[in-house]
Amino acid sequence: MLTYMLTRVFRAALTILLVMTFAFVVLRLSGDPAAIMLGPDAPTDSVDAFRAEWGLDDPIWKQYFAYLKSIAQLDFGISMRDRSSAIMLVLERLPATLALTVPTLLIQLGIGIPAGVYAALHRQSVADRGVIMLSIFGFTIPSFVMGLLLVLVFAVTLGWLPSGGQDSWRHAILPILTMSVGGIGILARFSRSAMIEVMGQPYIRTAMAKGLSWRDVVWKHALPNASVPIVTIVGFMVGSLIAGAVVVESIFSWPGIGRLLIVSVSNRDLAVVQCLLLVIASSMVIANLCVDFAYGLLDPRLRAKTTAH
Amino acid sequence: MSALLQARDLVRCYEGPKSLFGKSPAVRAVDGVNLTLRPGETLGIVGESGSGKSTLGRMLLGIDPPTSGTVAFDGEAMPPLQSPRWRALRAQMQLVYQDPLAALDRRLTIADQIGEPLEIHRLAKGAERSERVRDLMAQVGLRQDQGDRYPHELSGGQRQRVVIARALATSPRLLVCDEPVSALDVSIQAQVVNLLRDLQESHGIAMVFISHDLKVVRNICDHVAVMYLGRIVEEASSDEIFAHPLHPYTRALVSSVPIPGKPLTGRILLKGEPPNPAQRPAGCAFHPRCGSAKPACHVAAPPLEPVALARRAACHLLVSPQDHAA
Amino acid sequence: MTYQAINTAPAPSLIRRFRFKAPLLVTLGLAWLALMALTAICADLVRPYEVTQMDLSARLAAPLTPGHLLGTDDLGRDVLSRLIQSIRVSLVIAFGATILSAVFGTLLGFLAAQFRGTLEHLILVLADFQAALPFLILSLAVLAFFGSSMMLLIGLMGFYGWERYARISRGLAISAGAQGYAAAVVQLGATPVRVYLRHILPNVASTLIVSMTLTFPEIILMESGLSFLGLGVQPPQSSLGNMVGFGREYLTRAPWIMLAPSFIIMMTTLSISLVGDWLRDKLDPTIR
Repeated sequence: MLTYMLTRVFRAALTILLVMTFAFVVLRLSGDPAAIMLGPDAPTDSVDAFRAEWGLDDPIWKQYFAYLKSIAQLDFGISMRDRSSAIMLVLERLPATLALTVPTLLIQLGIGIPAGVYAALHRQSVADRGVIMLSIFGFTIPSFVMGLLLVLVFAVTLGWLPSGGQDSWRHAILPILTMSVGGIGILARFSRSAMIEVMGQPYIRTAMAKGLSWRDVVWKHALPNASVPIVTIVGFMVGSLIAGAVVVESIFSWPGIGRLLIVSVSNRDLAVVQCLLLVIASSMVIANLCVDFAYGLLDPRLRAKTTAH
Repeated sequence: MSALLQARDLVRCYEGPKSLFGKSPAVRAVDGVNLTLRPGETLGIVGESGSGKSTLGRMLLGIDPPTSGTVAFDGEAMPPLQSPRWRALRAQMQLVYQDPLAALDRRLTIADQIGEPLEIHRLAKGAERSERVRDLMAQVGLRQDQGDRYPHELSGGQRQRVVIARALATSPRLLVCDEPVSALDVSIQAQVVNLLRDLQESHGIAMVFISHDLKVVRNICDHVAVMYLGRIVEEASSDEIFAHPLHPYTRALVSSVPIPGKPLTGRILLKGEPPNPAQRPAGCAFHPRCGSAKPACHVAAPPLEPVALARRAACHLLVSPQDHAA
Repeated sequence: MTYQAINTAPAPSLIRRFRFKAPLLVTLGLAWLALMALTAICADLVRPYEVTQMDLSARLAAPLTPGHLLGTDDLGRDVLSRLIQSIRVSLVIAFGATILSAVFGTLLGFLAAQFRGTLEHLILVLADFQAALPFLILSLAVLAFFGSSMMLLIGLMGFYGWERYARISRGLAISAGAQGYAAAVVQLGATPVRVYLRHILPNVASTLIVSMTLTFPEIILMESGLSFLGLGVQPPQSSLGNMVGFGREYLTRAPWIMLAPSFIIMMTTLSISLVGDWLRDKLDPTIR
């Protein structure tokens, strides 16, 4: 178990490093921040001063190691735009994003998994078909379309809810609704197919044959076994949740890290973009790491297999 | 007459599964086998599952590299796996598989598959190839109209005929048959064995016939080698081994082959666990199941030594029975 | 996750399998996809107006206005014409990227299966990385910093999902090579190139096609998402996503600008999902 966990942690760290390196190289290769920051008409000496100040004249590998070094000292750089600390900018915006993503995840889990399991246990019923159709619908509709449709209906036509901003909890309803739909669809579909597969296994037939109650068969035998693939999908969903936040925050003018990303990217604010990518990648990697550990708890076989590999 | 195939001290080890406490010891699937096969000769290799006979067959063909020891074909050492020379040599030696369905590509017609070796080795093309394929299909007893079929549309016996036709396409000098009939219905087995024997005789191909079934081997082979846990325990001509089995293991195997028209009497039942290559007993590997094991059998493994003309066996009881009697 | 699925019962020919009746929804999906493909191919012929042709006298005309079936946008450009052009652009990007990612992934998967050892480990680790990357967000950064062009967009989207093909093709190639038909062909003396192209590829094709039907809608959604944010396809060129993005400004006054492309996106992804599900059940019941 320890080897398994250590390998996973090592891989996770490597992934984060890879993302950081990738972001660094792409951002540095793509153009001169000085020209963007100061505008094309800036006098040469102020451009030179800017470049010198931000270390842009050094060779790229030197800049890279300087960057890694400062990250190691928990110095995430300062915004080129207003010279405030990049990490502070990100942390300031983080609660707003969490206020959307956490309820969204809870809603997705709370509706998606039960719906999928129910559909699997009542195959071919009206409810099952309904769940399938709704879930396909849910993940084929892009979040920006969903968001705009909700705005059109609830804000523009009916006037029940505000279409943007972050002044009260009512402002959060539409963004959360928008983000939840896709994930509910994916989860319901996956839970359904995982559950159907488990229910077809010989040990379930054995459990039923030996006279266990239906409830016991489902709760003690089927659900624990179906939980492994479901947990995998939940891990992947955290990534799409953050990606979804970028779009949804943009639609609803929600001041979270998604908006910050778009603004910083268009301003070429290197330090902030890098810091954001680091935070986003880390949260995704940590989510996947949690999934890996959850495997260990849910299924000892997987653990053994991975170490033996 | 010089040997077509000569194997010396063949050993094949498989690494055991890794555990938390390091690797478990390597399993010696084949452990020091010497064999000689002359052109046109047929050799049967008999043993239970786990005796290493399939691994031996694959090493003789050069598909599995031996851990140590050498295989020489036509006096030349086996070229390295997947080298151009190794590939060219495939035209000379072919394998007939246990499971013909797995050995055939499901998405190609059988005529295409029978003709494939000709394509690979650039032996024939166009009309000549089609002609050759038709000829091969006739030789193995397939109807011409079956050439456009796909493997899953044929019966098991017909599939095995396809595999045999494909193996014969390049007119090889050596054919290794690895349990060629054990996946087939009993009613079909005899047909396929007879087909193999007829083809072997008419083409003069040297053949290694691997089977767990002694009576199938007897039907087709000049010589028989009996394997137990990776080693040859007895080797003799087919007639000899059936008339006078020497090794206790061979005796047990022979005693279980029914003779038509006679009740099966004097059958020697093997006791104990079936052999497990991962846990080879000390001394003679067969001693835990041997009815006449002596103290010496627990200590030292008997070497394979000549006991009569063209006949070898590995048993303490045979080499110097008086020692044990004392 | 490992894809250890083995092609249990592939048909000899795809065509033969298509003879059975398809469910109504799947038929509708196929019909819709055919319509979209046709539209994309014949975009120049069926488009009533030039994409950039403005008619300032008829700005924000409602749908069913004579001459403008789906209305016009803020500059008086015909929505239907723009829609047809957008379908072409979005489909070309999604199709190009799907093919790119399938070819790239399959190639890596086969390389891993053929050479095993270090190369295989490297490819598997890269696949893990790919799965853990915030792909949309990285593409967003790349596009924002490099500027967007059609080629860059296809190339970037072409990196999406390659790891799935790599894992599937590796798993299937290894199982075919372990003792199956591939090993038999190797034993006949075939070169690896022949084994992979003539034997393994046709045998795994159906599974790979099913994966493509899963990746295709995701790529459409991602491209339209990026274009919606203004980072994908750039004006004067238009794609479904950036039409929605521009239509958003006129949500209250002219919702049709945004609704028309949204409808197309939904119908297309829905159709591919339905057809893909059906294909998966028919061709390969062992892969989820």
